[in-house]
Amino acid sequence: MNLDGETNLKLKHALNLTASLRDDDSFKHFKAVIKCEDPNEDLYSFVGTLSYHGQQSPLSLQQMLLRDSKLRNTEYVYGVVVFTGHDTKVMQNATDPPSKRSKIERRMDKIIYILFGVLILISSVGSVFFWLSTRNDIRNGELDRWYLRPDDTTVLFDPKRALLAAFLHFLTALMLYGYLIPISLYVSIELVKVLQSIFINKDQEMYYEETDKPAHARTSNLNEELGQIDTILSDKTGTLTCNSMEFVKCSIAGVSYGRGMTEVERARAMRKIYEHPEVGDSLTNLLKTSDAEVGSSKSIKGFNLSDERIMDGKWVREPNRDIIENFLRVLALCHTAIPDVNKESGKISYEAESPDEAAFVITARELGFEFYERTQTRLFLHELDPLNRRMVNRSYELLHVLEFSSARKRMSVIVKTEDNKLMLLSKGADSIIFGRLSDEGRGFEAETKEHISQYSEAGLRTLVVAYRELGEKEYKLWAHEFFNAKTSLAADRDEVLDATADKIERNLILLGATAVEDKLQKGVPECIDKLAKAGIKIWILTGDKMETAINIGYACGLLRQGMERIVISLDNPHIDAVEKQGDKEMLAKASGESIARQIQDGRSQLRSFKESPIDFGLIIDGKSLNFALSDGLEHSFLGLALSCVSVICCRSSPKQKALVTRLVKVGTGSTTLAIGDGANDVGMLQEADIGVGITGVEGMQAAMSSDFAIAQFCYLERLLLVHGHWCYRRIAMMICYFFYKNIAFGLTFLWFEAYASFSGQAAYNDWYMAFYNVFFTSLPVIALGVFDQDVSARLSLKYPLLYQEGVQNTLFSWSRILGWMFNGFISSVIIFYFTTNSITLQAFRSDGHVLDYEILGVTMYTCVVWVVNCQMAISINYFTWIQHFFIWGSIAFWYLFIIIYGYLPPTISTTAYKVLVEACAPSPFFWLVTLLVVVSALVPYFTYRAFQTRFHPMYHDIIQISRSEGREKMSPAELTEQGKDGSISITHIED
Amino acid sequence: MNSDAPSSSSGAAGSADPATPRRNSKRPKYSKFTQQELPACKPILTPRWVISSFMLVSIIFIPIGLASLFASKDVVEIVDRYDTECVPPGSRNDKVKYIQSSTNNNCTRRLMVKKDMDHPIYVYYQLDNFYQNHRRYVKSRSDPQLKDEKDENEISDCKPEDDINGKPIVPCGLIAWSMFNDTYSFSRTNQSLKINKKGISWKSDREHKFGKKVFPKNFQNSTFIGGAKLNSSIPLSEQEDLIVWMRTAALPTFRKLYGKIEVDLKKGDFIDVLLENNYNTYSFNGKKKLVLSTTSWLGGKNNFIGIAYLTVGGLCFLLAMAFTIIYLVKPRRLGDPSYLSWNMNPGGRLTS
Repeated sequence: MNLDGETNLKLKHALNLTASLRDDDSFKHFKAVIKCEDPNEDLYSFVGTLSYHGQQSPLSLQQMLLRDSKLRNTEYVYGVVVFTGHDTKVMQNATDPPSKRSKIERRMDKIIYILFGVLILISSVGSVFFWLSTRNDIRNGELDRWYLRPDDTTVLFDPKRALLAAFLHFLTALMLYGYLIPISLYVSIELVKVLQSIFINKDQEMYYEETDKPAHARTSNLNEELGQIDTILSDKTGTLTCNSMEFVKCSIAGVSYGRGMTEVERARAMRKIYEHPEVGDSLTNLLKTSDAEVGSSKSIKGFNLSDERIMDGKWVREPNRDIIENFLRVLALCHTAIPDVNKESGKISYEAESPDEAAFVITARELGFEFYERTQTRLFLHELDPLNRRMVNRSYELLHVLEFSSARKRMSVIVKTEDNKLMLLSKGADSIIFGRLSDEGRGFEAETKEHISQYSEAGLRTLVVAYRELGEKEYKLWAHEFFNAKTSLAADRDEVLDATADKIERNLILLGATAVEDKLQKGVPECIDKLAKAGIKIWILTGDKMETAINIGYACGLLRQGMERIVISLDNPHIDAVEKQGDKEMLAKASGESIARQIQDGRSQLRSFKESPIDFGLIIDGKSLNFALSDGLEHSFLGLALSCVSVICCRSSPKQKALVTRLVKVGTGSTTLAIGDGANDVGMLQEADIGVGITGVEGMQAAMSSDFAIAQFCYLERLLLVHGHWCYRRIAMMICYFFYKNIAFGLTFLWFEAYASFSGQAAYNDWYMAFYNVFFTSLPVIALGVFDQDVSARLSLKYPLLYQEGVQNTLFSWSRILGWMFNGFISSVIIFYFTTNSITLQAFRSDGHVLDYEILGVTMYTCVVWVVNCQMAISINYFTWIQHFFIWGSIAFWYLFIIIYGYLPPTISTTAYKVLVEACAPSPFFWLVTLLVVVSALVPYFTYRAFQTRFHPMYHDIIQISRSEGREKMSPAELTEQGKDGSISITHIED
Repeated sequence: MNSDAPSSSSGAAGSADPATPRRNSKRPKYSKFTQQELPACKPILTPRWVISSFMLVSIIFIPIGLASLFASKDVVEIVDRYDTECVPPGSRNDKVKYIQSSTNNNCTRRLMVKKDMDHPIYVYYQLDNFYQNHRRYVKSRSDPQLKDEKDENEISDCKPEDDINGKPIVPCGLIAWSMFNDTYSFSRTNQSLKINKKGISWKSDREHKFGKKVFPKNFQNSTFIGGAKLNSSIPLSEQEDLIVWMRTAALPTFRKLYGKIEVDLKKGDFIDVLLENNYNTYSFNGKKKLVLSTTSWLGGKNNFIGIAYLTVGGLCFLLAMAFTIIYLVKPRRLGDPSYLSWNMNPGGRLTS
């Protein structure tokens, strides 16, 4: 189990104290005491000390291996097991995975309740009739139906205790009419869903070559829910984007380097072309050239900087080369990556904690600062000396690593150079670093800030790089304090450590800023466009900055030019003013009011534009989200968000992601799908109706807690529009049909009972009944559930609107369910009355034999098997040999069964003995009745469908007919057209 | 400086060159089955299909219906209800008492043949309101006992007609006990008509369900006598009336074969029936009828199936016509979706 969701390397160190113990012998007399905190679930801290030989040494995350860690770059380690079993952090983190059931199944449960009610109703009605007839069996001491010997009978039929008999009959009837409740439905559905998941797993179109990962349906009970998604809540990083960082730009000493064009910029350029066609040509050229550039320099992963001023060691000719040198040195040293030298080629690759970090080290290498070895205390570089322009080997003594954390938002290392200079090298978020610059270090602050805002507008992640030289004295003082903090066992050790680190990370000198592109995954804009056309709303929930999020929104087509943006944030002067006063209560109040007002404004804005074709996009940041999700506001916020075409929540925490998901799920009652790749998305994935995990680079945590795992965002299109639609349709059809077939069969019992004075006698032989749901009707319905498709995968992708059938649940609406049940009722009536009226009284063969109980049973059962299977045949849309085999095979198997069963000795076959061969088969009535009943029972449904396709066709009918008439070659735009206000209407096709 | 050095940011993610063939690739294997691309026929309800299906049904059904009706019309059937007529007028107020007490229940009926009847003419008795399909009744028999003389003690299902003073009744159970015991003899102009009672039961019953060595024992010996008595010197396999009776009827109104008249009857003949009215249907207000019937290739007289075929066939013909007219009058192409528009208002509900 990979708990923190990252497959990147974590650097672990042995304590200096014990680093000398290197073989088994040295542990012979090893005695040490470990004091540590109680078991807890926090993965990112460990507080403890080890006392060995009277010396104390702090234990931290650096010394701790989580359960199931995998060793890299070393063969073995010696270790002490601190916690086991349920005390491990893995187990402490384990929460019960939420149990999810699809809406269809929940509705199915309701139907079962209804059917159970019907069952009880008809059983009680039967019991009342039974009570009346049994009570009358002895009238005034006279035996009425004397042939039943009511004077000498069991309690079941005793006229003197007719009420008790009626109650016992009620229990019998519950069993007898039990076929109304399709118990085998649950089993069949489970089986079908497992098979459906196999199809999802086996889909080649959802296999991702690069990581060798096919799609994986981790739960099988949500397949049909995939076809009903109303809202998608998507993470950004690693989901919409690749999470492979490419270093594209940097700003050093106030000069911006890097000419490549990011995807976001390209999208913006495209928008410009769209808006101002007159400037289109030059921009198109620009796009082409940048494409060409990108194509040529694509060879290095993580590095996409193209600028002739600094490439190939040319930076040494730049005016600020000292600053550039320091800048690159920071990139090469301030990290926790580990070089991995390929022994054959001598080439170096890096294993880093985050892809950004890898990009930095690679960039440093490409520009002449090749980091090639790391030991416990030293870092080794091949450096390009700017003076003599030669490569030299230098080593740096690594004194401290002040690690990155989301609270600190910066990372620093303290190193000692070969000429004994102490350097603090830092990189961090702009908001943090700019506040820590010394006065003399702010030389080009304005330009750098300008560049940073340009970069983030272009959708890039920025970090600011700074450094500082330390005095020997200052360092020693600080190091002592830091050591004390580290070894303290106090619960607030982390805070103390942070505070200590804070003391040294001051008075920095600005070097520049880096810009790393988070690349959009392949096909994301197209996929989002398709999903939007399918009527699915897409929300982005991201932890990124608002500008980055908006840019990604544009890049992936979620926000379009011409869309009205409603931005809700707390970055306004009024709030700032309140914030400065420092009164937290005041601030909260003011913020809440501000958010409420902004939401109101947004709603009135929407109202005023109601009739115009303008779409709205809502953007809200995490702080505002806190208030918007609070009790009073959540409904108006939801109302506003739902009226917008797209919603982007930025700067949102994992918890907020889950809360937003819940808000949408509960507030609208519609089906939500959350998609994400990181550990921070787990809450969201578990909260949503369906969680889809991306098996990307950020580890398996999200995929592990997801319901479906795919490798790329764009596979979502196929997962929803093809598999989701199919599965929804299949399961909906299957359940409806199941109810149909069981009602059609179950009610024939009731009709027969009405003619058997409700005595509880079944119309059929026990074995016919037992095999009904097992052999004679089960396989076709499973085939329906597994294989049926209304339209092919290609057409489902081509006409995304078809997906709305699932979202609006047209195939499993109450009217449809009741319609199918009514169809079952009609079939049962036709089967019973046509059969009995045709053949009961008169001779049913030319040799004068008359019908009896056994023959009626076989005849009716034959009709039932034919009717339900033929009903299947006319209601499915997709006939492969499998369907043919199962449907006709089931019917054939019934005949085979009755022949074989009939040849068994009469003690086994009882009422079925030779009944088909001797009595039924030679009778023309038998065959005529079968034909009559089958056709008559199918006519109502067939007529209904014929009228429906003529006068009120469903969307899939239209597509099917277009296909059969060869007109589907038209573009979908001709068939469907995006109308006003997101309303989608299908315009007519010219013939 | 190697600018073309392949570098990987994370070795753990297992990124490899996609061009090189992988030994253990997880790529799903292609087959038409797994990719759900099996060749299939996709039936669609096009106008042509709808109309031709309806036409096909009517073309098949109408002739069958006519043939069945003609077959039924050819059958000559004489039905005579005698349950009231055969009770002397003085006893009709309390028929139950009459049937239970009277010893001489002879009764004569005269039937007129309205049409020529070719032999064989089947003689049935028809009972009404008699629940042979009652659960208690159906189960009250012992098949092993009927089949095999060694199993005569298998009487657990037969209560209360299972034994007398500890001795098993053969055949046991309510069905056998309540066997029909009216008898008929026929004569035409004082010349008796022979009734053939052989072969009125199913052959499989005679040969496999009723034993050749099983003889009635202790039958109808109790104080409460149900129906017919059996000749204890004839094995069950030859007691065809019993075999017919034991094959329980499906519905409360039923006919059972009594015998066959192996001569032709002419139109205008009068048949005198001498019948013994023994069987008590009066307690439960059941009717008794005597039926003489010929058969056609199809069976006995029944217009229902013919009418049903004609109705369904005619209905389908009308539907076919209706659809044809619809398509001719308003030749809208079915694939033309202009009629349908899905309006998605912001709430996302379908209004169509």
